[in-house]
Amino acid sequence: MATEKITDIRRMLHWPGHMETDYIYTLGIAGEKFFTEIKENGRILGAKCKRCGNVFVPPRLYCERCFEKTTEWVNLGTKGAVYTFTVAYVDINGTKLKEPIIYALIKFDDAEGGLVHKLGEIEPCEVQIGMPVEAVFKPQAERTGNINDIKYFKPQE
Amino acid sequence: MSEKIKHFPGEELKARDIREGKVPAVKHRPRIRYLWSAGIAMSRFLEGLKKGKIVASTCEKCGRIMVPPRAFCEECFKSVDGYTSVKDTGTINTWSVSYVAGDASRIKEPILVAVIDIDGASKGMGLLHILGEIDDWKQIKFGMQVKAVWKPPEERTGAITDIKYFKPLKEG
Amino acid sequence: MFGKKRVAVIGAGMTLFRRNLKETGKELAWHASKMALDQAGLEPRDIQSVVMGTAPDAFDGVHMKGEYLADGAGAWRKPYSRVFVGGGTGVFVIDAGWWHVASGQFDTCLVVAEEKMSSCYPHPAYAFTTIFDPIYSRPLGVTLIWIFALEMHRYMHRHGIKKEEIALVSVKNKRNALDHPCAQLGANITVEDVLNSEIMCWPVQRLDISPTSDGAAALVLASEDVAKKLTDNPVWIDGTGWCIDTTFWTNRDLYYPKYVQCAAQMAYKMAGIKNPPKEIDVAEVYDPFDYKELHHMEGLLLARKGQAPKLTADGVTQRDGDLPINPSGGLLGVGNPIAAAGLMKCCEIFWQLRGEAGKRQVKGDPRTGLAQAWGDLMQYGSVVIMRS
Repeated sequence: MATEKITDIRRMLHWPGHMETDYIYTLGIAGEKFFTEIKENGRILGAKCKRCGNVFVPPRLYCERCFEKTTEWVNLGTKGAVYTFTVAYVDINGTKLKEPIIYALIKFDDAEGGLVHKLGEIEPCEVQIGMPVEAVFKPQAERTGNINDIKYFKPQE
Repeated sequence: MSEKIKHFPGEELKARDIREGKVPAVKHRPRIRYLWSAGIAMSRFLEGLKKGKIVASTCEKCGRIMVPPRAFCEECFKSVDGYTSVKDTGTINTWSVSYVAGDASRIKEPILVAVIDIDGASKGMGLLHILGEIDDWKQIKFGMQVKAVWKPPEERTGAITDIKYFKPLKEG
Repeated sequence: MFGKKRVAVIGAGMTLFRRNLKETGKELAWHASKMALDQAGLEPRDIQSVVMGTAPDAFDGVHMKGEYLADGAGAWRKPYSRVFVGGGTGVFVIDAGWWHVASGQFDTCLVVAEEKMSSCYPHPAYAFTTIFDPIYSRPLGVTLIWIFALEMHRYMHRHGIKKEEIALVSVKNKRNALDHPCAQLGANITVEDVLNSEIMCWPVQRLDISPTSDGAAALVLASEDVAKKLTDNPVWIDGTGWCIDTTFWTNRDLYYPKYVQCAAQMAYKMAGIKNPPKEIDVAEVYDPFDYKELHHMEGLLLARKGQAPKLTADGVTQRDGDLPINPSGGLLGVGNPIAAAGLMKCCEIFWQLRGEAGKRQVKGDPRTGLAQAWGDLMQYGSVVIMRS
């Protein structure tokens, strides 16, 4: 069987198509409480496992280690610290962004896990791992119970 | 459920509440595009369709003439030995009348779909396609002889739809 | 005996099956898994391995769904794998769990199945169409119901079976489901109701079809020594079988599911069963459509070819009959969250063989039970045989 190296897929007989459809994701039992609290009270909740004492954020219905139901909601406030970060210069399609976007994993005191979100009111070169940050929320009337109800995290004063 | 278990977890939601946006949720339509390679055998099949032919592949070991053609015989697990054209007529192996579209919505004019055993290929070598020129679907019979109705050559693109549908060879 | 150790089922759990549940897939998996663990009297640390069965990622809308569900299945930092063979997953997952313990590598294995089809909005039908070949099938406007309708029609034609005979299965299963606390569509319907329901894709009508659902189920498997310490009533897995046929479904005569027969014979051989209709006391046979129960009964050699409708009409497959089929209510009555549906059937056999099925309990102290699932493009058969 003879072979020929072809690098442009469009030269070969092909069929274009997609596997796209619409999705609607319920927030779940724990998720609904988390986002309702963000929407209505502008604060971040964690969930505590009574057995191991770990507080998880984002909160979940069960502790994955003890496999017990989490029993307590813990108010983690709005302040955390940058655990790690990255700066994006291109968008999902590879197109150059007008302004770079800083994504960070923000951890909260006494809680496991963290939230991935954007950093704002700061230049990329100023970001330090470990720096304290706090959430900046959209005005309450504009919040919908979505992760984007938090606009970004900014450096704490 | 065991009679020993008293509580059954699960919080039911009403479809109407979801539709009306009363359930907190996130909507998303992922962008997932493809350029599927037709591969060795299917490329020949599609090129054949463009020329107004149905192409099959042959395996000398089991003797099958296979439609749709494949590059390897899945029963003998070896490469096929060649490609050949078969007829564009066949008999209805099974059929259905669909009032449902791909997204589960309802359609008024039903699609008449059938598996057609193609003449010239081995026994039972069926092809999935649409039936046409049938006034009353209750007239469709198992074993009915049908023939492909092709698009005019200039409209063919090398697709399964180069055959518009299969029509009955006799009236009715 | 096949394998190094005999394997028992010692606990089972499941969630409600509903069209729309609020819980995320992870939460559903956790509910079912936790219940199974509690029923078995085990802690998460006692579980040495986990197998997850879940069907296309496209339903939940989370790619790499196996990984996503892992922590909900108690698999945090454990040996974990996901198996997926379309609708056959629900019974295949217990077959795969069996390997884990029978091989001697693990003493315990948690087997979980989950599906959240409601994420695919407004209907998962489109996700189903992506099973078909994109080049020679999808451009025709194919929908999954077509393949069932074509198979049902061929089966009816080959044996001269009428719709009324097939509708009896839907009537039986939906009525059985009234006694299942998790059931989505338990109902008292008649053959006329089925025959008058909306024609979807002739000869398939609305009441011939099971619904789409959200739900999860789980089982705990243990090796013989561990099982005997934990329970007086282990249910042994004595037979496993699985088989796949080609995707060229248009090249097969659809009137008979040969792949189900192959899977069944594999399981019967392992379990030492020579006369299935006599030796099987209760069976959960995959019924995404009513005709499928009949089709599969024949493939499982529980009925001669073309004879399953007669057994149904004669009441043999009712709960108080000689060969009760789908005492749970099956997919038609309880619901069809693809993978979880098959595992629900395994849970049912477990409870039946233990005498714990309450109002659904079949009479006569059943000792040998069978669960079977089917999947893909009329391709996959998976079977498990349990004994108490």
